[in-house]
Amino acid sequence: MNKKTLTYIDHFHGNVQPASWEALGLGAKYAGEGGCAALVIGEGVQELAAQAFQHGADQVFLADHPELKDFRFEPFADLISKVAREYEADVLLFPTTTRCRSLAGMAAVDLETGVLVDVTDLETSNGDFIATRPIYAGKLLAKVTCDAKPQIITTRPRAFSTPEPDPGRSGEIIEVSVDLDPEQIPTTVVDYATREGGVSLTEAGVIVSGGRGTSNSADLEPPGDLDEEEAEIWKAHQGFELIQELADVLGAAVGASRAAVDADYIPYEHQVGQTGKVVSPDLYIACGISGAIQHLAGMRTSKTIVAINKDPDAPIFNLARFGVVGDLYDILPPLIENLKQKLDK
Amino acid sequence: MKIIVCVKQVPDTAATMSVEGGEISWGDASLIINPWDEYALEAALVLQAEHGGEVIALGMGKEEETEAIKHALAMGADEAVQISDPQFAGADAVAVAKILAAAIEKIGSADLVLMGQESVDSQSGILTSQVGRALGWPIYPLVSAFSEFDPDGGSFQVRRAMEEGKQIVNGKLPAVISVTKDYGEPRYPSFMGIRKASRATYPTWGADDLGIDPPTSVVSWPEVQEPLEREVVTEIIEGETPQEKAEKLAEKLIEEKVL
Ligand SMILES: Cc1cc2nc3c(=O)[nH]c(=O)nc-3n(C[C@H](O)[C@H](O)[C@H](O)COP(=O)(O)OP(=O)(O)OC[C@H]3O[C@@H](n4cnc5c(N)ncnc54)[C@H](O)[C@@H]3O)c2cc1C
Ligand SMILES: Nc1ncnc2c1ncn2[C@@H]1O[C@H](COP(=O)(O)O)[C@@H](O)[C@H]1O
Repeated sequence: MNKKTLTYIDHFHGNVQPASWEALGLGAKYAGEGGCAALVIGEGVQELAAQAFQHGADQVFLADHPELKDFRFEPFADLISKVAREYEADVLLFPTTTRCRSLAGMAAVDLETGVLVDVTDLETSNGDFIATRPIYAGKLLAKVTCDAKPQIITTRPRAFSTPEPDPGRSGEIIEVSVDLDPEQIPTTVVDYATREGGVSLTEAGVIVSGGRGTSNSADLEPPGDLDEEEAEIWKAHQGFELIQELADVLGAAVGASRAAVDADYIPYEHQVGQTGKVVSPDLYIACGISGAIQHLAGMRTSKTIVAINKDPDAPIFNLARFGVVGDLYDILPPLIENLKQKLDK
Repeated sequence: MKIIVCVKQVPDTAATMSVEGGEISWGDASLIINPWDEYALEAALVLQAEHGGEVIALGMGKEEETEAIKHALAMGADEAVQISDPQFAGADAVAVAKILAAAIEKIGSADLVLMGQESVDSQSGILTSQVGRALGWPIYPLVSAFSEFDPDGGSFQVRRAMEEGKQIVNGKLPAVISVTKDYGEPRYPSFMGIRKASRATYPTWGADDLGIDPPTSVVSWPEVQEPLEREVVTEIIEGETPQEKAEKLAEKLIEEKVL
């Protein structure tokens, strides 16, 4: 392939969303000699340019400006479209993150082209891309093509491999002139409520999830002053503590079913499924989750699925590589202990 | 204040999907409003209750695809507009965005356009950005809460989701906003609402009414497939006690190099 590829490196205050490197890996794969470019926008983000070179970029367009410290859609999209135009990119790649879905959409309108959204596989035929993307919650797979340039592609996190960084690699930095009138930017950032630590669900290699079963313990005695609903939530919190403990041992993220979220056991940002996050870890451990079709929609592409459920007929077992029929309150504590020992934690 | 809510009809999320003769089929599953769009409607109705004005549902699809519009009216939208024209068949996302933008301009003087986070059928989640860009209005995707909403001053504050947590921003009207599930549960249509919706009339506009040529589409879907069934051989871990089962599971996970 002999294309000019441009990959947008998505980050928050300099912390890169790792799926950016996966997208850049595709950029390098399909680029002709020296034709793999990356675009970094922010303030004080030169360091990301170095990382981009290590991950395969030949050139990095760098838009570094105090007004770009905080992510805002309009100025970022304007710069992406400007660079894509001037560089005459054949392909514009993004990781499918919350920011990039919209940036890709805006660039498509600006550049009069289209987006192949959240693709999980990419082939070429006569120099054109044919992308595969799951639709209807992964119940069907669509082949999609884009008959205009640049072809814009957003790649689903963890669907493509991360290029091995080469510390010796460097390249050419091209400074992008930034001419911004703060008055013209419609949005001002007031504050952030960021999560401390914790592993992001969509990037996680291992996920431990809890469902409605977390509140179902025969032995736990909630404090006496709680009403029925509070007592249920209290119990679920004990269940999710076990899940968190297992997650800590495995360096995993914590997921949940919608039933658990709707019952206020855990915040929505943990929900996996059709109306939550779509995840694809190497290992997904479902505890007290029945396996409703809308939940499966969010995790069916996990490499190995483990189910812990009291009910031997729970549909989740149909998708599981390993199943344990039992009470999560009985299984999780010895499982945590065993894995701690075996993994030397 | 005028709020337009974009709504789409989709097959029920529990539908079994298949491909028959190259065409997507959802069997006899029912057709529903895109579940995400209910949150956008809820937000619109709450803002209307606080600040007055009207809520208009806008839906594009085939003429018989009225489920989303009906549901929006039943929830409490004051009016609806349907966009339908055989010439729009096969429109890609950018084309849909341009058509919706033309409709929003024809409706006129909207302060706010609210959308769902994504369509559960196409799972694109990009129309908010594209409608905003086509209109030249700022976008605020993935909003879970509004505050300091001031329609007269044309300003507001929202919390928006990102991977790293929430971003709290001040924005300017008119704007295009998508609403997420953690905004809060959408209301159920009341009995009166359903009756009103079943009798409601609304205009259906095509390309001529909008005064546009059908926009060109560049993204196409030459083929849709059913995914290969995953061959999973499930191994149920047996054991006398939970301890034994847990230990065996831990061994398996390490043996099979899962961990
Ligand atoms: C439009 C729409 C969108 C939806 N989107 C989503 C979505 O994004 N994500 C999602 O998850 N769901 C979604 N759902 C809901 C979905 O249909 C199910 O209701 C939900 O997934 C059930 O959650 P659950 O498995 O935790 O609960 P249940 O179905 O109640 O299952 C609980 C399970 O726990 C087991 N159990 C009970 N006690 C124990 C114990 N002590 N130890 C071990 N096992 C135990 C039970 O045997 C049972 O199998 C959606 C539904 C609709 C209609
Ligand atoms: N045909 C349509 N008519 C009206 N609104 C739509 C249509 N398709 C999508 N939308 C809106 O755009 C949002 C995002 O859709 P999408 O980008 O297709 O995932 C949906 O939640 C709806 O609010």
